Amino acid sequence: MNALKLWIARYQLASLVLLTVLLAVVLPLSLDIFRLNLVGKYLTYAFVAIGLVMLWGYGGVLSLGQGVFFGLGGYAMAMFLKLEASDPETTKIQSTPGIPDFMDWNQITELPAFWVPFSSLPFALAAVIVVPTLLAWIVSFAMFKRRVGGVYFAIITQAVALILTVLIIGQQGYTGGVNGMTDLRTMLGWDTRTDTAKYILYYVCVGMLVLSMVVCRWIQTSKLGTLLLAMRDKEDRVRFSGYDVADFRIFVFCLAAGLAGIGGALFTLQVGFMSPSFVGIVPSIEMVIYAAVGGRMSLVGAVYGTLLVNAGKTFFSESFPDLWLFLMAGLFIGVVMAFPMGLAGVWESRIVPWWTGRRLALRDASLAQSKPPPTPSHAPTKPIASEKALPLDGTGRQSA
Amino acid sequence: MDMSFNDLLNIGLMQGFAGLSLFAVLLLMGLGLAIIFGQMGVINMAHGEFMTIGAYTIYLVATLANSISPGAVAAYFPFAIVAAFFLAFAAGWFIEWALIRHLYKRPLDTLLATWGISLAMQQSFRTFIGPKEVSPTLPDWLLGSWAPAEGLDIPINGMFVLALTAVVTGGILIAMHKSRWGLRVRATVSNRAMANATGIDTKKTDRLTFAIGCGIAGIAGAAFTTIGSTGPTSGSLYIVDAFLVVTFGGAASLLGTVVSAFGIAQTQSITEFFLAGSMAKMLTLSLIVVILMFRPQGLFASKVRR
Repeated sequence: MNALKLWIARYQLASLVLLTVLLAVVLPLSLDIFRLNLVGKYLTYAFVAIGLVMLWGYGGVLSLGQGVFFGLGGYAMAMFLKLEASDPETTKIQSTPGIPDFMDWNQITELPAFWVPFSSLPFALAAVIVVPTLLAWIVSFAMFKRRVGGVYFAIITQAVALILTVLIIGQQGYTGGVNGMTDLRTMLGWDTRTDTAKYILYYVCVGMLVLSMVVCRWIQTSKLGTLLLAMRDKEDRVRFSGYDVADFRIFVFCLAAGLAGIGGALFTLQVGFMSPSFVGIVPSIEMVIYAAVGGRMSLVGAVYGTLLVNAGKTFFSESFPDLWLFLMAGLFIGVVMAFPMGLAGVWESRIVPWWTGRRLALRDASLAQSKPPPTPSHAPTKPIASEKALPLDGTGRQSA
Repeated sequence: MDMSFNDLLNIGLMQGFAGLSLFAVLLLMGLGLAIIFGQMGVINMAHGEFMTIGAYTIYLVATLANSISPGAVAAYFPFAIVAAFFLAFAAGWFIEWALIRHLYKRPLDTLLATWGISLAMQQSFRTFIGPKEVSPTLPDWLLGSWAPAEGLDIPINGMFVLALTAVVTGGILIAMHKSRWGLRVRATVSNRAMANATGIDTKKTDRLTFAIGCGIAGIAGAAFTTIGSTGPTSGSLYIVDAFLVVTFGGAASLLGTVVSAFGIAQTQSITEFFLAGSMAKMLTLSLIVVILMFRPQGLFASKVRR
């Protein structure tokens, strides 16, 4: 029994199950399909956020270019859908039928070679993960092997985000330019715009997210996770112990990139378009704040953070657009100054101890009533807190 | 081929000169960042907005001068530059006091906090000054161009910006190596604990340094008004370039900043002559990123022990 409890605590199953119930049962029952689709859109950002928990919270490496990987995944999916949407029949009014409309507008008369393989769904699905991961590997291999980290790495990733945005906007004949790829309708003949399809896609998204969280939590609790934390706090000691720090950092960066790519692809499927406005510097940094608000050390917290910030954004930018940027600014400053561990940190350090304290106080009171002489049954005053506080839930800050 | 060699030379010179204006803005932005980054390891994401403060100061002083008397327009510019410096300086001083000093141990968090500041500042500009781009009325002596030879036009505002940059850069280099402030900064950078022990107030040095870096961004804004119009997000367009200038030059090396600003501006300006503007920018940035991957310490590696 105790072993089961420990196992549940180790994998943080209770909070994960709670989140799954919220996403899979409560929200679909209480929201209409339009709002639910919005939640599905937010959840695609949550993939980036949990990737950042792994990369930034555990690995101690901050990337300001996660939008790049989100965008690459999204574009890989969009290219497949766009090709399917531009069959010769529907595009016969174009001067070159059978190619995407934006190519026709840009006087391109033939499908570019790098587009051709994207007409196959397996290839596109593989590209959703492989392309972001490959780019992440190239960037991080060059940087981490030379022991570049911290702010330098952040600046370089930011530059990569800028480069990709400029490239996509500049090459509009090949990428759809600033409008992105719009008008995506079907996947293998299945209309993705109907309500049923939206429900199915939402559940696919929730399922993938929960699966990713389980995998990430498994990594966190494994030896690899311990090593990542050790590297974050005392890089040199890990190196002197004989580990190649760079390899682990490369791995976690590639993991975060692959997750972001999956998120991007699910975004394209649910929202029906992809544009460079999800690739650049501003969206990339916004994605960091999702993880920061939720708690950079907590996977579940990051998902809540993503949902909260995005719901706030949708609400405020509809009603008080001027106020939203100030609020966003306040979030950035407030989270960093007052709550470096985000919502999850507040939960762990304030609410849980308060609740435990109350419960113990109540129990002590009832014990005092039933049994007048206070016996040394006070020994288990702390166990609930200490049982939970596994060594992995360290609250150390990154020291890059 | 009806273009003589002379024409080609003139075009080359003028294109090079266009690159020099960009060089001036990048260098002024980069200098401020390099001082802040080299000294404290703080990445100031709001640096672009300090530049915008400077640019708006010029605009406001110009409007003021215009409303007092049209004659004042000819004389306001030097005062406006000084005002731009001090306004940005004051803003920097305040932000260091309110925020940055609590975060010296957490550089990545500083990055997020200053990004928050930059969002707030952009929205303030939009709310209080207006979303439209503005340009100050420049004095007559800044307009027009200088034609040293037939077919060769060098714009006067470009030369002015260049001279301003030279003066500021020279001033900073001299201050860094000859003044008491520079001595304190260099002492703090090489060994903070030791500097403290010898009686240097390193906290005060930090604050002054941060504020001076921001003030220089204000001057960059002043230079910027002579070559472009100012909007709430003008500064943020230059921020990534400015970061790259600093990292490419080698953090903590002011000479490196000068060289890399020159290299980046000229590369961009020259490739712009052959390619579309966006592709030129992309190529320049990619080139820098690739070079930085192979030489992460930048062109001029600092010999500071950390």
